[in-house]
Amino acid sequence: MSSARVGSDQEVKGREMTMVDALREALREEMRRDERVVLLGEDIGIEGGFGGAFTVTLGLSEEFGHHRVIDTPISEAAIAGIATGAALGGLRPVADVQYGDFLFLAMDQLANNAAKLRYMSGGKLTVPLVFRAPVGATTRGSQHGQSLEAFFMHVPGLKVACPSNPYDGKGLLKSAIRDNNPVIFFEHKLLYGSKGARKEKGGVQVVAMVPEEEYLIPLGKAKVVRAGRDVTLVANLLMVHKSAQAAEVLTGQGIEAEVIDVRTLAPFDWPAVFESVKKTGRLIVVEEDNLTGGWGAEVAARVANHCIGYLDGPVRRIAAPDTPVPFAPVMENFYVPSVERIVAAAKDLVLPH
Amino acid sequence: MSKAGLTKEQKLQMYRRMTLCRMFEERVYYLFLEGRLPGTIHQSQGQEATAVGVCSALAEGDMITSTHRPHSHAIARGVSVKSLMAELFAKETGCCRGKGGSMHVGDRDAGMLPAIAIVGGGIPLASGYALAFKSLKQPNIVACFFGEGATNIGTFHEAINMAAIWDLPVVFVCENNKYAASTAVEKVMKIKHVSERAAAYGIPGQTVDGNDVELVYDSMTEAGERARAGKGPTLLELETYRFAGHSRSDPGHYRNTAEVAAWKERDPIARYEKKLLEEGLLQPESVEDLQSVISRELEEAVAQAEQDPSPRPEDCLNDVFS
Repeated sequence: MSSARVGSDQEVKGREMTMVDALREALREEMRRDERVVLLGEDIGIEGGFGGAFTVTLGLSEEFGHHRVIDTPISEAAIAGIATGAALGGLRPVADVQYGDFLFLAMDQLANNAAKLRYMSGGKLTVPLVFRAPVGATTRGSQHGQSLEAFFMHVPGLKVACPSNPYDGKGLLKSAIRDNNPVIFFEHKLLYGSKGARKEKGGVQVVAMVPEEEYLIPLGKAKVVRAGRDVTLVANLLMVHKSAQAAEVLTGQGIEAEVIDVRTLAPFDWPAVFESVKKTGRLIVVEEDNLTGGWGAEVAARVANHCIGYLDGPVRRIAAPDTPVPFAPVMENFYVPSVERIVAAAKDLVLPH
Repeated sequence: MSKAGLTKEQKLQMYRRMTLCRMFEERVYYLFLEGRLPGTIHQSQGQEATAVGVCSALAEGDMITSTHRPHSHAIARGVSVKSLMAELFAKETGCCRGKGGSMHVGDRDAGMLPAIAIVGGGIPLASGYALAFKSLKQPNIVACFFGEGATNIGTFHEAINMAAIWDLPVVFVCENNKYAASTAVEKVMKIKHVSERAAAYGIPGQTVDGNDVELVYDSMTEAGERARAGKGPTLLELETYRFAGHSRSDPGHYRNTAEVAAWKERDPIARYEKKLLEEGLLQPESVEDLQSVISRELEEAVAQAEQDPSPRPEDCLNDVFS
């Protein structure tokens, strides 16, 4: 992939940063601003360690101490439950799992406790918790490469963020930390731009200008990454980049695709998608999750409800097949939605048959 | 005899609280039989000494976590009886405004988180709340209630281990009532006492007669002082027995009548009443007076709850997010 600039705001003045740097800066700023912000996770603050699985927390224990950058045992259920309890008790924990796949171990605490305690208390409690989780297929096979956004989008009481670039990553993470609700914060492993031994092979070197001055990006606001009149591509995480690349290819063939980065799945910016579909009359949802029950299905259903009269063709979904994530690179490349698939789907929708 | 030097007033207060727990559960039982309450209930008759002994040893600002069997915990912690009754009646005035029900009663302002009805699910919350107390330098502790059935689920291990390595101010209170629903503890645990498991975490473990409220109070006081002093958690195993079935519809055929009768001989309230009568702290006529006072309180709570407004149907849409 090329050195995409998708999602970064070209007018922004600042420094060029990777996702890892931007997320770390968000954590550092929020920890400096509010001493109730604490980090919990495996290998996040060990001296001589690596700052979490993808170096995001590197150096933070030196600045804030081990009472605020708290290394845990390998206990994902209790990490989630303790973070939830600590949030109820007045802290603002940012917990993480090394791979999103491990969230299944924490599911009871997240879905039954974090998500529901406000509701079950009749609105008396708040759970200001962020749970960071890396997702995406990266030649690690079936248990270290899943995309899990749909599971969490389905749970009332959880917010779900999924930034595609460093600028958004920083602004969304800061908003998530200040939010009084639990936020599951998905990060794509190929978008980190980690350096050294933690660098991902095949990673997209996504950098963005990140301003020196503080900014926040609200949860629930999608972004039109590229304007176009012929077809709307709705995507998140890595698929925003593949969609933008597909749009580049399509423009050379006379098709102008509009690319929308949803940025958060819950809350979801429905008006942004509806407005675009009403303009283009065509929709393709691009996600890395398995097809059946993916978040794209929800988008397709809502668009069918709200925009049926504007559609000039069927809603298309480009997703991974309904299989576990395979290991062999040739199979993984087949599994993960490709630029070629997006281009072919768009041409099929837009060009006369 | 209490080592903690309980005053007469403290003893009588524990006796009154236990009696209130028992009479509340019995009143609720009949309300269910009469079809006046929706849902299901998990009752705690017979387990009053664990709830009251533990909660009587707590200070203002301390927190408890509870289980699917939470009524006595709530009463012992001082959650208002009216708000509990109203919650069981599914009313807007309930302690969870009708969104919790029997299995989720709680009131943080009274020192009780909403009860967690997934077995073992509340244990990490207790460690987490204790982490907040410690990080925010508050002088408080958490008492974490769970049954012996919860000691076989992963969160028991994970959350106690973390509380142990970080010396968190929490006391893990296992109410060992011998049965997880219908499954006897011997079938699912190779060791004799839950408290033996404390050794695995390097923390003190103690098995106590959970039907002796003063012993419970003493052991909780000691464990609580240790936690408050920054020395970390304790695993208290309180041996007790529920006189009721597991839930509303359970007649308890998996327990033989001799066993039930033997435990009824050890009824925590009858035992304490006898002791206080012998000590001259209680008179036979004051027992009756107390019961009629509590009866009136409960009838008022029932009458109030029946009159109280229901939530509006569309209120179900509120309180998902803050």
